[in-house]
Amino acid sequence: MSDMNLTVHVWRQKDAKSPGKMVPYKVTGVSEHASFLEMLDILNEQLQAKGEEPVAFDHDCREGICGMCSLMINGRPHGGQKATTTCQLHMRKFKDGEEIFVEPWRAGAFPVLRDLSVDRTSFEKIQQAGGFVSTNVGSAPDANSVPIPKEDADRAMDAAACIGCGACVAACPNGSAMLFVGAKLAHLHSLPQGQAERGHRTQAMVNAMDAAGFGNCSNHYECEAACPKEISRDVISLMNKDYVKASFTHRERSGKGDGGA
Amino acid sequence: MSWFQRYMRSSIGAKQVMAVTGLGMVLFALIHMTGHLQMFGGRDMYNGYAHFLQHLEVKWVARLGLIAIVVIHIFTAISLVMKNRAARPVAYAMYKPVASTPMSRYMAMTGLVILAFIIYHLLHFTIGTVQPQYFHMLDDKGRYDAYSMFVRGFQNVGIFASYAVAVFMLCMHLGHGASSWIQSLGWRHPKYGTDKLGPILGIVLFLGYIAPPTAVLIGMIKLPGA
Amino acid sequence: MDLNAKIPDGPIEQKWENAKFNYKLVNPANKRKYKVIVVGSGLAGGAAAATLAELGYQVSCFCFQDSPRRAHSIAAQGGINAAKNYQNDGDSVHRLFYDTVKGGDFRAREANVHRLAEVSVNIIDQCAAMGVPFAREYGGTLANRSFGGAQVSRTFYARGQTGQQLLLGAYAGLNRQIAAGKVKMFTRTEMLDIVLEDGKAVGIVVRDLVTGKIESHAAHAVVMATGGYGNVFYLSTNAKGCNVTATYRAYKKGAGFGNPCFTQIHPTCIPVSGDYQSKLTLMSESLRNDGRVWVPKNKADIAKRPDTIPDEDRDYYLERKYPSYGNLSPRDIASRAAKEQCDDGRGVGPGGRGVYLDFRDAIKRDGEDKVREKYGNLFDMYERITGENPYKVPMRIYPAVHYTMGGLWVDYNLQSTIPGLFVLGEANFSDHGANRLGASALMQGLADGYFVIPYTIGNYLANVNAAKLASTSNPAFKDAEADVKAGIDKLLAIKGKRTVDSFHKELGLIMWEYCGMARTKEGLAKAVGLIRELRAAFWQDLQVLGGADTFNQSLEKAGRLADLLEFAELMCKDASEREESCGGHFRVEYQQEGEALRNDDKFCHAAVWEYKGPDAEPVRHIEPLTFENVHLATRSYK
Repeated sequence: MSDMNLTVHVWRQKDAKSPGKMVPYKVTGVSEHASFLEMLDILNEQLQAKGEEPVAFDHDCREGICGMCSLMINGRPHGGQKATTTCQLHMRKFKDGEEIFVEPWRAGAFPVLRDLSVDRTSFEKIQQAGGFVSTNVGSAPDANSVPIPKEDADRAMDAAACIGCGACVAACPNGSAMLFVGAKLAHLHSLPQGQAERGHRTQAMVNAMDAAGFGNCSNHYECEAACPKEISRDVISLMNKDYVKASFTHRERSGKGDGGA
Repeated sequence: MSWFQRYMRSSIGAKQVMAVTGLGMVLFALIHMTGHLQMFGGRDMYNGYAHFLQHLEVKWVARLGLIAIVVIHIFTAISLVMKNRAARPVAYAMYKPVASTPMSRYMAMTGLVILAFIIYHLLHFTIGTVQPQYFHMLDDKGRYDAYSMFVRGFQNVGIFASYAVAVFMLCMHLGHGASSWIQSLGWRHPKYGTDKLGPILGIVLFLGYIAPPTAVLIGMIKLPGA
Repeated sequence: MDLNAKIPDGPIEQKWENAKFNYKLVNPANKRKYKVIVVGSGLAGGAAAATLAELGYQVSCFCFQDSPRRAHSIAAQGGINAAKNYQNDGDSVHRLFYDTVKGGDFRAREANVHRLAEVSVNIIDQCAAMGVPFAREYGGTLANRSFGGAQVSRTFYARGQTGQQLLLGAYAGLNRQIAAGKVKMFTRTEMLDIVLEDGKAVGIVVRDLVTGKIESHAAHAVVMATGGYGNVFYLSTNAKGCNVTATYRAYKKGAGFGNPCFTQIHPTCIPVSGDYQSKLTLMSESLRNDGRVWVPKNKADIAKRPDTIPDEDRDYYLERKYPSYGNLSPRDIASRAAKEQCDDGRGVGPGGRGVYLDFRDAIKRDGEDKVREKYGNLFDMYERITGENPYKVPMRIYPAVHYTMGGLWVDYNLQSTIPGLFVLGEANFSDHGANRLGASALMQGLADGYFVIPYTIGNYLANVNAAKLASTSNPAFKDAEADVKAGIDKLLAIKGKRTVDSFHKELGLIMWEYCGMARTKEGLAKAVGLIRELRAAFWQDLQVLGGADTFNQSLEKAGRLADLLEFAELMCKDASEREESCGGHFRVEYQQEGEALRNDDKFCHAAVWEYKGPDAEPVRHIEPLTFENVHLATRSYK
């Protein structure tokens, strides 16, 4: 096993308001068994040794589930390895002497906060618009009283595996968030518990997505290829169907109270 | 805003408008192709078909409908392209798409070429400004001699070439568009390989459209009496 | 320090009922007049914030990540226990209670554990109703699997992502309340101090991690659900951001810290591969259902290809030593056994720090497809990290720090020794005793958040005047803000040469060596000395570039490490004082034939530490534990 020396081009941007640029750095002595983020840790140690401020990047669990890490690596979200987040991408996938380009997710709805770190609050707003089943704690019937066919539960789980990282948006030539929103909807709409609010939820979440300034889907399916959890484009199809149905048939909420004496 | 306006202005509404109008045009293209293929049936058959179309009672309804579909399709496309550009204000230094195809990535470009060709095509065969000398000929039954106009047109290599390019662009455009509408309307199902529909339709239309002019060019279809 | 646990009267089965009946209530119209701060948005914090808002309280919720959904609960893989007895295999509330008390090696409070077992069944109902996609049988009913430390199948799961799905459920509930305006959510915001007035918790001081702005928030009660401190070891299965700051600052303000030495070492993690390593990855314990753990019998075989070693030369040491539980022995026992084999020179892989987890027999028995169906995602993850294919080559695993049973001491009502400060989930010390059973952390987090705090906080708030909300311009807040700012300025003013990570790695090595899987009096004393030296070096030579009022990740890490450097000493002291072996705490001096030797005469209690000032030694108090329902016995899994 030999250590690698690399040239890493990193997007440096002081804060949301300042302009940024790609800056090349040499990184030396990187083990092939190190993860990509550990390579950035090494870069940061080497930068600080020279008195330069380290590169800011988002990360937390480093085991591919929290969805905090992002990074466009050599033009691919999370580096382009199948079903892999940046934190689980390992340096054995790169060659000694390679030039690596590292950029933040690019989308108007994901403004850069600093360097490689972006603000994904727009995803929060979409989920707040309807990504839930309106049931209060304490009101649940016995869990086995509503049987759910395994096939449905599996389908829900396939969609619910979304980690909310934003790779779909980053990959989409149009900066669209439809795989993300579709996954959220497909999760709940594959289950009986999600049916009561299906129409309202679809409309509310799609409207929130549009309001956040994401692009439109033109069926390139880059999102599906980039998704580290391999979520299928089928979720977008389902959302499209639900949305047109809800738009033309769903009755708006009346706003009338249930009050009584 | 009414619910309908809200739907039309939404991202999904817009792509469904693209899907439905696109589908309308695909149907037109298929019918139009069957008309073209009648060139192989000879002058009488083709001119009869042209005569039938010319004297259709709902001709202007159909024409206006088609124009509306085209206009809506184009305007929606322009608005989508603008929104999509705005959605990524800063471009990547390096961006390597892997799943999209040239067909899907160049939809706007192929669409514009097709639009330009349609205008030219209308000027040629409907309005008659490209080869006016052949436009007002009649056949022996007193009908417009569309057959001869067709043959004289495609005996010209330049016209043939521009037509071939346009039909290829149409094939590309449909290669993406003609399967995309299934996804956009939410009818995609893993049991049916709907993603192949676009390329298949594209190729069918390409072959159907390129066959009669090619037959003219290579002399298989000739002017009457030639 | 008042350590009255406030355990309700009555037989164990009725304590929670009695408590609920005796709690004072806040009438529905008055709830909206009370403000509650929830720090942390994981299973416990997220569930608490959502549920308190549903009840009508005004809630402010804080997390340091960019979304509440990223809290580290999300990484729990295996499952969540509940005494549903859906499998008809003899489970019951009492058995779950019994297993948990025994699994915790008799260092948990019986009444709390029983309540946990009681509400476990409601958790599953609640989560299913919220749309958590639990694994199902073809007939549509819920599926279960078994987990370490239990002989019944009571673990509910959602593939290998149970924590994620449960957290997304709590997060969905939270989102609903955010949309309704009942919860104000503050992301990328870190709590840096708690504020007390008249000895009661009345608010917190936070730093906006993007702008660096220091701000105060006042409330009628503060709920902390800030997770564990496993990162004191630097390398752990915790997320990089996990830290002790919130609980440690509360400790410094007077909250007793319970059993800080009780840490859990998880037996099935991917071994360390080099010094650049920043974190360890857990392979779900569920793998032990089908994988068999072994090392070569002969030291000469350790470098051989594992598939060339015949069965008679393999030592399936867990099956040999613990025939009735075998590979499903509890975590502390399985971890220690792995260490034993490696200390004996029979470990495999780099540095001899690894044992095999072999699926050869499962693949032979059920076929590769069946194994893939059950564990495919875990196998893929293993291959991504190690570059080895576990269908062909046995996995190599080694224990790693995973969970901390210690935490802020709380009474039965989850209130700390500071009135008005409630502590939930991993951040408190309560229910797991000296060792947590697999699939019990998710259960406890959600129990605390969904089903306990909504009752107990009302009992506290009913005695608080809603009209008297502390003002953030009061001196208590201003002083706390000034302290926080001074702390940040102090870190930035050192301008030394060494990075935060280099200090953190060094601390981790000290802790793993002396306060890890095997501890001795001498080692712990040595560790305290080393920690003090390291702390001195930290304050002399730390380098933090950038400013206080920017997005500055080094500064965030430095602040957290400063607290870990103090806390590490407390851990070692607690480990040193507890002169017995129990659960995850193994003192080399106290063992019998290689098994942990508890000392119930002297140590059947929770140790609770009181802060006495920066230069004074902390004081150790005790809460005696009594076992009336599960009789004190030597834990045996043989």
